[in-house]
Amino acid sequence: MSRVRGVSLEAAPDWAIEAKGLVKIFGKHRAVDGVDLTVRRGTVFGFLGPNGAGKTTTIRLLATLLKPDGGSARIFGHDLSKEGDEIRSRISLTGQYASIDEDLTGMENLVMMGRLMGYGRAAAKARAAELLKAFGLQEAAKRQVKNYSGGMRRRIDIAASIVVTPELLFLDEPTAGLDPRSRNQVWDIIRALVGSGTTVLLTTQYLEEADQLADRIAVINQGKIIAEGTSSELKASVGTGTLSLQLVNAEDRPRAVNILEDKLSAAVRLMLDSTSLTAQINDSFLVADALSELARNKIAVSDFSFGRPSLDEVFLTLTGHEAAQEAQSEEGVS
Amino acid sequence: MTGYIEQREKEANELRLNESIASSDRPKPPSAVASTMTFATRALLRIKHVPEQMFDVTVFPVIFLLMFTYLFGGAIAGSTEEYLQFLLPGILVMTVAQITMYTGIDLNNDIRKGIFDRFRTLPIWLPSALIGSLLVDVIRYSMASVIMITLGFALGFRPEGGLMGVLGAIALILVFSFSLSWIWTVCGLIVRSEKALMMISFMVLFPLTFVSNVFVDPRTLPSWLESFVDVNPISILATAVRGAMHGTVTTQQVIWVLIVSVIMTAIFAPITVYLYRNKK
Ligand SMILES: Nc1ncnc2c1ncn2[C@@H]1O[C@H](COP(=O)(O)OP(=O)(O)O)[C@@H](O)[C@H]1O
Ligand SMILES: [Mg+2]
Repeated sequence: MSRVRGVSLEAAPDWAIEAKGLVKIFGKHRAVDGVDLTVRRGTVFGFLGPNGAGKTTTIRLLATLLKPDGGSARIFGHDLSKEGDEIRSRISLTGQYASIDEDLTGMENLVMMGRLMGYGRAAAKARAAELLKAFGLQEAAKRQVKNYSGGMRRRIDIAASIVVTPELLFLDEPTAGLDPRSRNQVWDIIRALVGSGTTVLLTTQYLEEADQLADRIAVINQGKIIAEGTSSELKASVGTGTLSLQLVNAEDRPRAVNILEDKLSAAVRLMLDSTSLTAQINDSFLVADALSELARNKIAVSDFSFGRPSLDEVFLTLTGHEAAQEAQSEEGVS
Repeated sequence: MTGYIEQREKEANELRLNESIASSDRPKPPSAVASTMTFATRALLRIKHVPEQMFDVTVFPVIFLLMFTYLFGGAIAGSTEEYLQFLLPGILVMTVAQITMYTGIDLNNDIRKGIFDRFRTLPIWLPSALIGSLLVDVIRYSMASVIMITLGFALGFRPEGGLMGVLGAIALILVFSFSLSWIWTVCGLIVRSEKALMMISFMVLFPLTFVSNVFVDPRTLPSWLESFVDVNPISILATAVRGAMHGTVTTQQVIWVLIVSVIMTAIFAPITVYLYRNKK
């Protein structure tokens, strides 16, 4: 994209977000350490990383809630450091934890948001009722939010963020801790929002979620973006296919590794639990052969799958750790 | 069969979802007055849903008044009725000053619960979030005042300044309390936990309310203490309120209250707004 200073940028910015070298330091800790990010208007951008990677901090920087210690960013062409009001009128943020008044009812919360967005009393009420209905919260409208279930809370929280449909919506771990049914409801809402033209930046620790929803994905670890691309690009960077095996007996694993490396001529990786292993392979015809060789050697296999690499494996390849393990050790430290 | 119905239901839901998301227009951001009123409405709704929070403005004044009248009345002044004429204005000042600290605690809770972040990403005039709830606090302070004065009247309190004097005294208390609240909003924005905030509030309020002329005439005190009592803002307010209620107030006393209030607001309101906007 060519940039002509002060001329065309304002007219038709293709980019919802253009961030360059964003840095945020807490004490001595570089929570966000030089993040470059471009998000095209009307797309879903997935921000993927383990706990403590810097996802929330990056979002808070972009939503004008924190001042960066370095770097710059434009939201729809507006400078983050100078045009806060312009930006705030276009964005909305649904934080990691429910950010509504739990003592008020769902209806009262949405009416309040409507009024704060500039609706008159009647219009705010109408809009609140419309959203409650669309989000399946009609019956809970007059109950205090503190009595809502986790899934209902998430939905009312997102509803509060789109009382006026934002041009850019930040969703920080929108489905963390939800059961599959509630998660699907939230996914439907996100898809509907994108359908109406909203740009969405969502963070997640769930690799599947980014895969399902996002047009492009950035993988962030320790404040730095370590990979960026479409889901298939990220997968392609790892190899064309992955064989995952689970053995019945952990003692068989060393022998299994030898056999597989021999037959597949590829590196075999040991997974955390003592019976699992995976291998990246480029020729799927070798798989059947390798499996029958295991059988010939009396190595019992309890489960196996062969497919395109999951984002879990992408993460593993990129960082050398498993995402889940990273999250735990990170929590242990802080 | 059921699959078909589920499918249709899902489609209907999607349609509703898409429509409701697309149908929203973009109104002009609210005026400062409108957003202030919205935040005031929120505070009123919170009182409706959590009536326990009115405990401090209803039960506290009653307990304080009864306790101090009968505990100290006999010991300090010899007669409870006589002491009540002196005590009630001061104890009213003390009670209201103490409940101002809940303003900071409410704000602190908003920050920890995350709704604060939502407000900060709205295109509104930010101070309205604070002023809205402070306005409702003023209603709470008025309630505390009315309850205490009514009870006092039943116990034998006879304000010589009449109704106008009493109303004037309440007005002074409200102006002062509104200004004092800004100190608590600053604390609420800086301090992390509610417990620590309570501690700080007590550490400020306790000496301020007790080392004042609320309970005793400062002329009975050692001179170094007397000079502190004299410049203590709580004493300044208590003097003016006592004067107003008994019809002996001077212009100078009223002006002092206003000066103290203006100073507190001028220092702490801008700090509050700055911190609110730039909170980490
Ligand atoms: N306000 C803060 N003060 C100090 N450290 C913080 C603060 N917010 C976040 N951090 C630290 O910055 C790092 C990134 O945090 P965060 O952005 O919340 O990660 P994520 O959302 O990816 O889990 C973590 O190590 C966290 O402890
Ligand atoms: Mg986070």
